[in-house]
Amino acid sequence: MSNFLKISGLHAKIEADGGDKEILRGVDLEIPAGELHVIMGPNGCGKSTLAYTLAGREDYEVTAGSVSFKGQDLLAMEPDERAAAGVFLAFQSPVELPGVNNANFLRTAVNSVRRARGEAEMDAVQFLKTVRAATKSLSMQDEMLKRNVNVGFSGGEKKRNEVLQMTLLQPSLAILDETDSGLDVDALRIVADGVNKLRAPDFSALVITHHQRLLDYLSPDRIHVMAKGRIIRSGGPELARQIDQDGYATFLADAA
Amino acid sequence: MNSVDISVSDVGPFAQRLAAAGGVRSLAANAFAEVGLPGTKDEAFHYTSLRSLNRLKFIADSVVPSDAELESLIDNALPSDGSLASATRIVFVNGIFSEKFSTVSGLSAVSFTHGTQEEQHSVADNDLPLVLLNRALGCSTAELEVPEGTDAGTIVILSLNFGNATEGDEAPSFHPHLHVRVGKGASVTLAEMIIGKGVYLNNPVSVINVAKEASVTHTKLQRESADAFHLATVSPVIAERGTYNSFTLGFGAQLSRHEVHAYLEGAGSAVHINGAQLLVDRQVGDITSVITHAAPNCISRQTVRNVLADRARGVFQGKVFVERIAQKTDGYQMNQALLLSETAEMNAKPELEIYADDVKCSHGATVGALDDDQLFYLCSRGIPDAEARRILVEAFLIEAVGLVEVDDVRAALEGALSAALVERIGATTMGDGSLS
Repeated sequence: MSNFLKISGLHAKIEADGGDKEILRGVDLEIPAGELHVIMGPNGCGKSTLAYTLAGREDYEVTAGSVSFKGQDLLAMEPDERAAAGVFLAFQSPVELPGVNNANFLRTAVNSVRRARGEAEMDAVQFLKTVRAATKSLSMQDEMLKRNVNVGFSGGEKKRNEVLQMTLLQPSLAILDETDSGLDVDALRIVADGVNKLRAPDFSALVITHHQRLLDYLSPDRIHVMAKGRIIRSGGPELARQIDQDGYATFLADAA
Repeated sequence: MNSVDISVSDVGPFAQRLAAAGGVRSLAANAFAEVGLPGTKDEAFHYTSLRSLNRLKFIADSVVPSDAELESLIDNALPSDGSLASATRIVFVNGIFSEKFSTVSGLSAVSFTHGTQEEQHSVADNDLPLVLLNRALGCSTAELEVPEGTDAGTIVILSLNFGNATEGDEAPSFHPHLHVRVGKGASVTLAEMIIGKGVYLNNPVSVINVAKEASVTHTKLQRESADAFHLATVSPVIAERGTYNSFTLGFGAQLSRHEVHAYLEGAGSAVHINGAQLLVDRQVGDITSVITHAAPNCISRQTVRNVLADRARGVFQGKVFVERIAQKTDGYQMNQALLLSETAEMNAKPELEIYADDVKCSHGATVGALDDDQLFYLCSRGIPDAEARRILVEAFLIEAVGLVEVDDVRAALEGALSAALVERIGATTMGDGSLS
């Protein structure tokens, strides 16, 4: 399937300080099925905006362009429909939900997408079995399931909880927004393992990162450099190593 | 004085019943007739108008459903998992003690009497109008006494109220009275549950005496009919090192007021006046408290959460009064409201009146809408918007219910909350993925 994810001329703006601020200024990007692509770029270039826009955050208004995902118009779908269709966003700053039990939250999410995908819902016993297997593979304590979602979690625990959600929801497109930031080497490896376990011919990932470090564990297919709301350069894995050594300056100068 | 002067217009809706309140009750009837129903010019009722009562004429007669129907209603009122089914039960039907449906034989650890209100008709200068009304028109009193050093466990106090099917000119009014005395070092959990149908006024009064080192948990689940009026007054008096830990959870009535007057009488005593309410349509729900610190080293805690949808209005008034003698008072008060529509409203009035100089008292209030970040987070995990909203509303209220420390009673309140949310906010209930 060559048209797995196709982003064409995507423009998006956000309301800020009483005016509109255009953040995405014509993003073109294609990710074939089964590939892992990486977006790197300086702060403020629009990486997170792209991630949020793909997941369906309302604050970002798409003014031009299109996104087709497995032949569907992704931009016409509600956030929950996108999740059911297979899009998963691992948040840069996972949101705390006081009063919402993590296990209940996970099961509600899993059964919501299963229902939408026409699959049978999991009962409490099935779910427990599935979730325990997942937590074990992520070196997570079961105790984290009893707590409220992300409340009082350390930075690393929050990121691991994101990977747990990703594992349980079985997406076909995972978008990881700086999931590696603030992680020690062990946690980094766990996150990478979580992604690698999902890798399959019908699974693709878009990894947003600042660091080569995570990529050492992920073996990406393509690297894209983003600046000022556009993809300005694409290449193989060597591009990431080049950025790690020299920074973005040369790319930005080339693009100017 | 045996005749009742009913010339004051503010007693209009009760005129007929007051005139019939003969004998010892006429004292309270006269006192009520003198002050009348509070109006919005009375500071304590500034935000809560009782004017809508004037549309009605309250009568003594009411229709009681068949025993079979009552039985099934009682079953439905209790938690479906049967957790409180075996607890001692005191049942009131239309404000009158029902021996048939009560299981007072189980009250071995406590003594229980009931009767008419003849013996508690006396009137004091500072009696509240709605308490006077209760005394003037009340027809059944329940007295519970928990002997010194006894753990009486959980007692369910179930009230079933039945009014007119439609709002006509007349409606019944109910005025039950509960007096609980908990002896030195004793403990008891009072789980009050109220359900109803049709148009009526429920005007219950509870007095709770907590002796030295005694401990009382008192919860109330208010599910009056949507057309009913609920005007309750609870007066706990707490002696040295005693605790009174209360929670009210309100869903029902077109107009409700839960008014607590707590008196911290003995040094080192503690009171918790917590609560939550979920109101829709044009419901008005008022949670009012006056906490008097009359001794040193006492603690008072208040956490109240309100969820208001449609054109609903919540009222919170919390007054903490610290007498000169009450040094080292530790008082905390927090009222939070979640508004689910542009037309919902919250009126909050915290008040501190402090005459001691070494105290720690804080209060706070928040009013807001659902958090967009939280909503998006839930939806991005495949949860449809309506269910995501319900989950966040439930989370907001369940945190408050978590303050109830008695497990089976807390579970009963949580279950009632989930059911009310599905009924009122929609979407299916969240899966039970608990890992216990």
